[in-house]
Amino acid sequence: MDVLMLSRLQFAAATMFHFLFVPLTLGLSILIALMETAYVRTGDEEYKRMARFWGKIFLINFAIGVVTGITLEFQFGTNWSRYSTYVGDIFGSLLAIEATLAFFLESTFIAVWAFGWNRLSPKAHAVSIWLVAIASNLSAWWILIANSWMQHPVGFTIRNGRAELTDFLAVITQPFAMHTIVHTLSAAYILSGFFVMSICAYHLLKKQHTTFFAKSFRMGLALALIFSIVEVVQGHMHGAEVAKVQPTKLAAMESLWETTQRAPQYLFLIPDEKNEKNLVEFGGMPGALSMLAYHSPNATVKGLKDFPKEERPPVTLSFVSFRIMIALGFLFLFLTIYGWFRRNKLEESPGFLKIMLYAVPLPYLAAEAGWTLAEVGRQPWVVYGIMKTSDAVSPIATSQVFVSLLAFIGVYSLLGAVAFYLIISHARKGPQPEAVAA
Amino acid sequence: MLESIWFVLWGVLWAIYFMLDGFDLGIGTLMPFLAKDETDKRVVYHAMGPYWNGNEVWLITAGGVTFAAFPATYAVMFSGLYSALMLILFALILRGVANEFRHQVENPRWKSIWDACLFIGSLAPALLLGVAFANIFQGIPIDEAGVFQGNLFSLLNPYGLLGGIFFTLLFTVHGAVWLAVKTEGELHDRSAALAGKLWIALAVVAVAFLVCTWFYTRLYDNYLQNPFLFMVPIVLIPFIAVGALVMLRIYMARGHWWKTWFASCTLIVGVTLFGVAGLYPNLLPSSINPAYSMTIFNSASSPLTLKIMLGVALIFVPIIIIYQSWVYHFFKDKVKTSELAQEEGY
Repeated sequence: MDVLMLSRLQFAAATMFHFLFVPLTLGLSILIALMETAYVRTGDEEYKRMARFWGKIFLINFAIGVVTGITLEFQFGTNWSRYSTYVGDIFGSLLAIEATLAFFLESTFIAVWAFGWNRLSPKAHAVSIWLVAIASNLSAWWILIANSWMQHPVGFTIRNGRAELTDFLAVITQPFAMHTIVHTLSAAYILSGFFVMSICAYHLLKKQHTTFFAKSFRMGLALALIFSIVEVVQGHMHGAEVAKVQPTKLAAMESLWETTQRAPQYLFLIPDEKNEKNLVEFGGMPGALSMLAYHSPNATVKGLKDFPKEERPPVTLSFVSFRIMIALGFLFLFLTIYGWFRRNKLEESPGFLKIMLYAVPLPYLAAEAGWTLAEVGRQPWVVYGIMKTSDAVSPIATSQVFVSLLAFIGVYSLLGAVAFYLIISHARKGPQPEAVAA
Repeated sequence: MLESIWFVLWGVLWAIYFMLDGFDLGIGTLMPFLAKDETDKRVVYHAMGPYWNGNEVWLITAGGVTFAAFPATYAVMFSGLYSALMLILFALILRGVANEFRHQVENPRWKSIWDACLFIGSLAPALLLGVAFANIFQGIPIDEAGVFQGNLFSLLNPYGLLGGIFFTLLFTVHGAVWLAVKTEGELHDRSAALAGKLWIALAVVAVAFLVCTWFYTRLYDNYLQNPFLFMVPIVLIPFIAVGALVMLRIYMARGHWWKTWFASCTLIVGVTLFGVAGLYPNLLPSSINPAYSMTIFNSASSPLTLKIMLGVALIFVPIIIIYQSWVYHFFKDKVKTSELAQEEGY
């Protein structure tokens, strides 16, 4: 393998691992902030115990998110130096703004919150977790603007042999970025809701701390339900935006080879990338794809064959990750709607609780599938239409990247195992008894 | 002009990073030598607990600003110093999770694993950052295409290693002084005594470093050849650094630990800015040919980006300094063993 492939694998491993922890930080911080707010408002100690219990799990998850995020910022320089030189004028400034506006706030006040349980008033303590929640979401906001610029570059001109910023406002307000932000944050909130519900289901099934966990369950459920609705509705709009600005990604994720008017959507399809066709097409709904992509059943959708071969993304991977994401998105909607009707009779719904207990890997899978589609579907470009991934890689020795990739896999596997073990054991232990927490 | 302003900000950000993260890197390095029992260790973790995370963000920002203001330098610097940077990053990962994971399980073996991670994760960045910056001061082998022609071992040259030792001593003195500020009883006494001993080594190495800098680098050229270009405060930097080193000793002898710590902060900032000012207008001098150097002029972002970023920095950096100062003030009291039982912390 060459530096390019190794660097791609390393970046994929590092970002995908990072994103196992980020979504929970984004959503759980808000839930904990809401719990502390409820505590301040009502004085009900149970809310404080909830914040403490979920807070412990939050901190373990948070730590891994932070340390794995740090390496990402530097990998643009280490492995993608030509990319950094070419687009640093725009991309670099977005990362720097993220650090200054958000990451500082988050990292400073997480410590105030963690060390401040007995030093701060309940109100000030709630404020500190709100600052963490706002800052981490703001941080995601800026990072997603940066990513969106790679997906759909705007507000720049090619000058002095590189991309130079011409319109900052266009970069930070472009519709593609707004779609990505809503889409990714919603996914994070759904994941957080399912995470909370899974742990609650475990205890509710064991009939321990039932009021505590039924309350937490309903908070997770409400969050996941609201954003499952948002996700399905907005996901459709997001797809239409992709159709508009990234036609190759659309064709790949639908495995559409020929340019077609009244393009159909198939219930079942197996792509055959080698022979540039689909092995199996079943259950076609004429015009459905045209409708979804362009809001008109008669619209023409460009097929892969109309793009030069070297400008097409990997089809099977894009197609499969898209289907996984979509299927799971609808599943989350059904589960949360069903849950809403059972919300006050959770203990009498062991079947549902069992499903929710074991459903927790699914939103993680959906999130990773979504990112796979976003990033793989953008290939061969690192910045869509502007710079190819193969032109972005650093002029460095293969051995260096090989060693660092092994180190990433080793260290991250260990970290993942330890975090998994710690989170599970805390989750099983349940909240502290009332007397100690008070 | 914009490029020069950003050069100054670039140097200041690194200086603040070394000043802040320096003491917790130092503490982590010293913990095996200072903490005699479990209580001591927990006090040591608490002494940096509320700060290290916020401190580390200055590194992210220094890196981010290099990316934003001087993208070509960012690209050459981090791809060139690939292995050294990866080692620093992995070390910082170990350190970060050690702080979080150590107290999660009550088992001596578990705790000792994370204590070892804290030690390695603190010593390695201190040493490697010193090696990296000494090599930058001295110039690194980059060709006309900005491709690094050395490897990890070529960075470990005499001057680079001396820089590593210098930084490690700077940070360990800084950390020992911080522990003297934040602890009481025997741990305080041991930290104070160790700070005194390390100071002597630091003073010796500092002199050696300044002398070697004359022979190995061109940093002094800026001070000697362009006295008019450099305004009075810049010429004062080396004197402030030397003064801070002396004041550190004097305050230490008097037992004024907060003042000692501020002197140590001044020393670290002074040393960093001394090197950075000597680099100007280079960011990464090439040791192959000065014409291949990465300078603020051939690697800067467009004026528009520099202006926007300047606006962001001028508004938000003061805000960050205000709230981080508040945090330092809020947790300023000595760590009491009685509060360890309250289960606060990560």
